Amino acid sequence: MKSSVIVFPGSNCDRDVAVALKKFKIKNQMVWHEETNLPKSDLVVLPGGFSYGDYLRTGCIASKSRIINDVIQHAKKGGLVLGICNGFQILIETGLLPGVLLRNKKLRFLAKNVFLKVITINSKFCLNFNKKNIIQLPIAHNEGNYFANNKILNRLEDKNLISFKYCDEQGQISKDANPNGSSNNIAGILNDQKNILGMMPHPERLIDPLLSGEDGAMLFESLVKSN
Amino acid sequence: MTITPDIIKKHGINPDEYKKIVSLISKEPNLLELGIFSAMWNEHCSYKSSKKYLKTLPTKNKKVIQGPGENAGVVDIEDDDALIFKIESHNHPSFIEPYQGAATGVGGILRDIFTMGARPIATLNSIHFGSHKHIKTKNLLNGVVSGIGDYGNCMGIPTVGGEVKFNESYNENILVNAMAVGVVKKNKIFYSKAKGKNQPVIYVGSKTGRDGIHGASMASAEFDENSEEKKPTIQVGDPFTEKLLLEACLELMQDDSIISIQDMGAAGLTSSSVEMASKGNLGIEIYLDKIPCREEKMTPYEMMLSESQERMLLVLKSGKEENAKKIFNKWDLDFSIIGKTTNTKNLVLNFHSEEVANLPLSSLSVNAPVYDRKWKKSVVPKKSVSKKDFKSLNIIDCLKKILMSPNNSEKSWVWEQYDHTVMGDTIQKPGGDSAVVRIHGKKKGVAITVDSSTHYCLADPTNGAIQVVCEAWRNLISVGSSPIAITNCLNFGNPEKDKIMGQFVETINGISEACTYLDFPVVSGNVSFYNETKNKAISPTPTIGGVGLIRDLNLMTTKSIKEIGSSLFIIGKTSGHLYQSEFFREVMQIHDGPSPKTNLFNEKNNGLAVQKLILKKLVNSVHDISSGGILIALSEMCISGKIGAKIKIPHNKINIHEYLFSEDQSRYIIEIKEENKKKVSNILKENSIYFENIGNTQKDNLDIGADLSIKIFELNKLNSFWFKNYFDKN
Repeated sequence: MKSSVIVFPGSNCDRDVAVALKKFKIKNQMVWHEETNLPKSDLVVLPGGFSYGDYLRTGCIASKSRIINDVIQHAKKGGLVLGICNGFQILIETGLLPGVLLRNKKLRFLAKNVFLKVITINSKFCLNFNKKNIIQLPIAHNEGNYFANNKILNRLEDKNLISFKYCDEQGQISKDANPNGSSNNIAGILNDQKNILGMMPHPERLIDPLLSGEDGAMLFESLVKSN
Repeated sequence: MTITPDIIKKHGINPDEYKKIVSLISKEPNLLELGIFSAMWNEHCSYKSSKKYLKTLPTKNKKVIQGPGENAGVVDIEDDDALIFKIESHNHPSFIEPYQGAATGVGGILRDIFTMGARPIATLNSIHFGSHKHIKTKNLLNGVVSGIGDYGNCMGIPTVGGEVKFNESYNENILVNAMAVGVVKKNKIFYSKAKGKNQPVIYVGSKTGRDGIHGASMASAEFDENSEEKKPTIQVGDPFTEKLLLEACLELMQDDSIISIQDMGAAGLTSSSVEMASKGNLGIEIYLDKIPCREEKMTPYEMMLSESQERMLLVLKSGKEENAKKIFNKWDLDFSIIGKTTNTKNLVLNFHSEEVANLPLSSLSVNAPVYDRKWKKSVVPKKSVSKKDFKSLNIIDCLKKILMSPNNSEKSWVWEQYDHTVMGDTIQKPGGDSAVVRIHGKKKGVAITVDSSTHYCLADPTNGAIQVVCEAWRNLISVGSSPIAITNCLNFGNPEKDKIMGQFVETINGISEACTYLDFPVVSGNVSFYNETKNKAISPTPTIGGVGLIRDLNLMTTKSIKEIGSSLFIIGKTSGHLYQSEFFREVMQIHDGPSPKTNLFNEKNNGLAVQKLILKKLVNSVHDISSGGILIALSEMCISGKIGAKIKIPHNKINIHEYLFSEDQSRYIIEIKEENKKKVSNILKENSIYFENIGNTQKDNLDIGADLSIKIFELNKLNSFWFKNYFDKN
């Protein structure tokens, strides 16, 4: 499997995700934002960070960057795209995924491990979560409060396009378990074709038992398996 | 413009100093030159009051690659890796503008690290505020925490630890001390000393604006009622640009284009150019028309004294300019050849084809004033006569009061605003005895801690300083590391007062004594004087940042109790010292009396024994006993491990309150598997360690005979109550 991690000025989880891809034997290359041609890839990753300083709206400037046209084309042809944190914000700004990401409910940056319920394993990103559907991953964001109108939310629910929801240790999807105020406790969503995943939590940060958990590994294992 | 006594005074230069300037440069300085002197001769940059004593600190051993005097200290962490680290204060700006002050404090310390060629791997901070009841505290704390968070989060460097303290002495002078740590290959360290004449001097990074002019001078004076007017001297940070600067510098550092590099921190272009040239025993000539400016019509005076952030000065090997320029252009940063090195040993500034300043560099560096200020011995408070009877006090009430006090509360409200897991190598998160960060791609890691002890240091500066160094050492031991070295941030009031100077001198003596004994040298640091408002100084506050090496991360320990049915040992003797303890302060409202003494022999002996047990895999968990005493330490272990304990007070000459709450030093609690008890006892005996087996771990409850029984989740609730309540409910 071949992947490309797009590096924007201000990306800061690009190395972390590259380390994770390498660990799962995915052949990765880093692609600078000023490139206009995306190298042949099965998977494109938009990493976390503060692309272009996140001045204006988060992810907004990146959604107009040079490389992004090719990323959109890749996605429209059914290629896999994974947007993590700032990457999710960029996907929203490009229109590849619906809704918006507002500031966290408490208007503070929030970095902590959260519990997630895997709502659908029916995508190439989540196949392996059949083994375990309540997982723990870190979040680290200021703008992760997913918001959309009821029409969009209903559609996401009905078409089974929500991959992860915030939950408590027992898997209860409750208001108390919602760290940032997201509608329906949404932590990650897919597009209709399920080849694009945008998520606020960072799977690349929990792939190693020394780091107090390996739940993130299952996402990368799914990708490898699906290929 | 003629230089009047009033102008001289406004530059913070006293009449004697002015006379010295005239004699050193054999002329009256013009305004620009006077500005340059004020930037270089102020306390913050010149260390004129502290130099004499700083020289006495132990700064070398076989692991030290670079001690004080560079951008940061460097120590050997084996396999050709070196660790670069430093702590620095940003107190004055943070009080006036907490968000920007704290943010640029983080930015500044990070630049010190990557200037030397290291990729920063972690930051920590020690922040001190006034009483939580003081009107400004909530706003200041909020601003400082978001400032620190936003800068580090955007840079993508984890903030892995630190401390947040409250004490009335900081009501009008908060402390923001930021520490950064980076890793570099031993043979790829970059220094600030320029070499060779006619080499191009390059300015890179952000443009120069009018912010921060005279920032360093502001940090060299007391505050008064007009301090708010100093807002324009506060620098404004842009972490995004710093991130670009970091990547661009590290990219350029891949080859050997750079002769020397220095970040523009305090006193901006002035101090960076002076330092690089004078360290190299060279001269430097700058064409100010070439400085990238953010604002129109900036004068040479403003350019030289601006403290705009995210800027660096480089001396390149001539011929390497084009390649370097390409890299900075790629990262969208300014790159300008602004001058060259010379052999004149002078700083020469030109503007609009005219020479606007010409000063011998020695007058700014080696010949800057050094003072031997008067100092007075501190009076160590005697045991109070007002000692009330505490023997009837209910243990649970005392425990609750301490666990719920702002200083002893769990601080996740703070550190959850800091991205502490980015870079994927944070093995031990905030909240433990030390943070532990893995060296990327290896099985080894570094332990890092920041410590201070406000009231111990006020009661007895020498003894307090010894205690803080030992506390850092103990925190490093507790996670299974071998302590290597420290960096210190020395926060004091006005050194022109003999009492304050006395506190400083005694603090240095204390640090020296402890560091020498523990072979724990000081490799970097900074001094922040004039933390004083309307004649009220802060408590003397030496903040110690310590680092240690964990060769195999599988041997790392944490404070979380791991299993039910294991034994709990107290290492070190408990003799019942309650003065300056949290128990006396929070429960009894007794604030006087001496601080606990640290016996360095016991400190080292106990610590090394604990280290031995860890390396032999004989302990489940370790926690040092510090603020609050045994009961607080044990509660923290239980909360963190979600496991209870049942303990019995050993037959002892002291009373139960003294046993549970005293803050005698050099102690640890260790959790040992039942089957290892014998082995551990033997090792401890062989090493002449005083220890007590106080009980066992158990499910759910913390029990002490008839005196205490409380559920662990209840303890957790109490301990995590204060911050959330302070901020989320009005």
